[in-house]
Amino acid sequence: MAVHKEDTSHCYVQFGRMALPNQYFAGRVGSRFIIALRDEHKILGVRCDKCKKVFVPPREYCERCMSRLDDNWVELSNEGVITNFTIVRYNDKHLPRKAPYVLALIKLDGADTPFAHIVEGIDPSKVTVGMRVKAVFAKETTNTILDIDHFEPL
Amino acid sequence: MANKKKNRNVAIIGIGQTEYSSHKEHQNQAEMVNEAVRRALDDARITMDDVDCVMHGNMELFEMVYQPDLWHEIGTGAYGKEEIRITTGGTTGASLVCAADNLVASGMYDVILAVGLEKLQEGHTTGGITNMADPLWFRHLQTGALTGTTAQEMIEEFGEDRAKRAAMKYRIMMDKHACLNPRAHRRFGLEYDQMDDLMNTSPKLVGELRLIHMCSQSDGACVMVFASEEKAKKLCKHHPPVWIRDHITVHREETLPNLFGFKKPEMTQRYAARKLFERNGIKDPVEYFDVFEMYDPSAWWGLDWLREFLLLKGDEHIKMLEEGEFDLDGKLPVNPSGGVTATNPIGATAMLRPAEAALQIRGDAGEHQLERNVRHALASGFGGTFWTVLIMLEKDLNW
Repeated sequence: MAVHKEDTSHCYVQFGRMALPNQYFAGRVGSRFIIALRDEHKILGVRCDKCKKVFVPPREYCERCMSRLDDNWVELSNEGVITNFTIVRYNDKHLPRKAPYVLALIKLDGADTPFAHIVEGIDPSKVTVGMRVKAVFAKETTNTILDIDHFEPL
Repeated sequence: MANKKKNRNVAIIGIGQTEYSSHKEHQNQAEMVNEAVRRALDDARITMDDVDCVMHGNMELFEMVYQPDLWHEIGTGAYGKEEIRITTGGTTGASLVCAADNLVASGMYDVILAVGLEKLQEGHTTGGITNMADPLWFRHLQTGALTGTTAQEMIEEFGEDRAKRAAMKYRIMMDKHACLNPRAHRRFGLEYDQMDDLMNTSPKLVGELRLIHMCSQSDGACVMVFASEEKAKKLCKHHPPVWIRDHITVHREETLPNLFGFKKPEMTQRYAARKLFERNGIKDPVEYFDVFEMYDPSAWWGLDWLREFLLLKGDEHIKMLEEGEFDLDGKLPVNPSGGVTATNPIGATAMLRPAEAALQIRGDAGEHQLERNVRHALASGFGGTFWTVLIMLEKDLNW
């Protein structure tokens, strides 16, 4: 059967570029986390005593029981364990590294929730769940989560 | 269309609001949402365990967050629950109420918690709105939500001085109401003797639409809890449930000139009011309703739309305004909360209308509570290009 192909020789395409400037208010809780990370190289979480969970990133209220958490800060270890990971194998402008690189979920010692970051210093094919890693802090601050430059195996 | 028959009655059993302001640097979006959620749960004296479904609504593009319903989950309390996102532009908050009404009435859920929010300071409102226009015909020409057409039409119909005075009186009346509402964003303390001054000095935006006429850009969230009649009667011990009698939504094509040609069609506000009142046997809305919380994006639009919503003719709406009939002690008080020119966190704005109307029925709106016994309330939402939502609330289950 012949495949019909539309004649699109006179169909105009209009190109656009959405420019929507925006800002993001980190709030008191998010700000304290970033400031501690930037100025002291400390990773902070918050504990919900009722649910017995330590959350990182921190949040103002427990999403399950609605208890206030922002007066219950916990300093976490810079070390933790990979709970899951993937290998990013394509390149694009928005990505933080050239492919291939490892994006992992890391449960820091003392936390109950895993935390996403980059793992370097190891061949991606050698990364395993359960592998212990530690944070390597960035030389220059960006006031973002990339003040941790990456994690590397212990 | 036949009268809408509900499978079962639906009540508003909880309301929670943040305070509204131009900036909320101390909270991120989920934290702001959570503040309103906690207040609504407290107001309803329930916990998230009682909630079957969470609904979420804000504007596309405004905070530059994709899938905010997922991201805000740590604030909405939706973990492990069914969640539905609704985003219909300016009408979002009212669409949430309509959808919750339908979903509870249908029997799908007994208790729904609906969240409307916006942090306008984080994005670029007019940049976002402009993207609704057709890329080929209108996007290069759009002025966002700011239009001067209504002012021009009213000046032509009622004369320059009367029209300008009426719009400014409406604006000052709204500010007076807002000054009684501690949650309202803009509370200037305007006086009626400033009218002439403001008519000449407030910066012009488009045509005779001036900065003072226009709604604010606010940050804030509103949360409402809805329940079936059976649940509402069981849960509402400390304040009465407020019943949603009926609602209607009316949409119109955004590219107005294509659709109109040279003849302006019936406004969606009048169409909505006509249909809704007809099927509920309301002959005289001014007589029937005790309060009207109207989505009034500007003083010109607010005043113009009163004629449509209340099915008035000629200059009846201007006369009512001039005679103080929309004041808090008038025949039909409009926006005791201060309305949208005072407070406009867009995804929450259209929810604030039924929320504030419900508080008036409950009798615990606070300093802006009307003194009369509010039994019948009307609330409207607005969005897109003259999209209208109209909601009827009742104190008693007796219609």
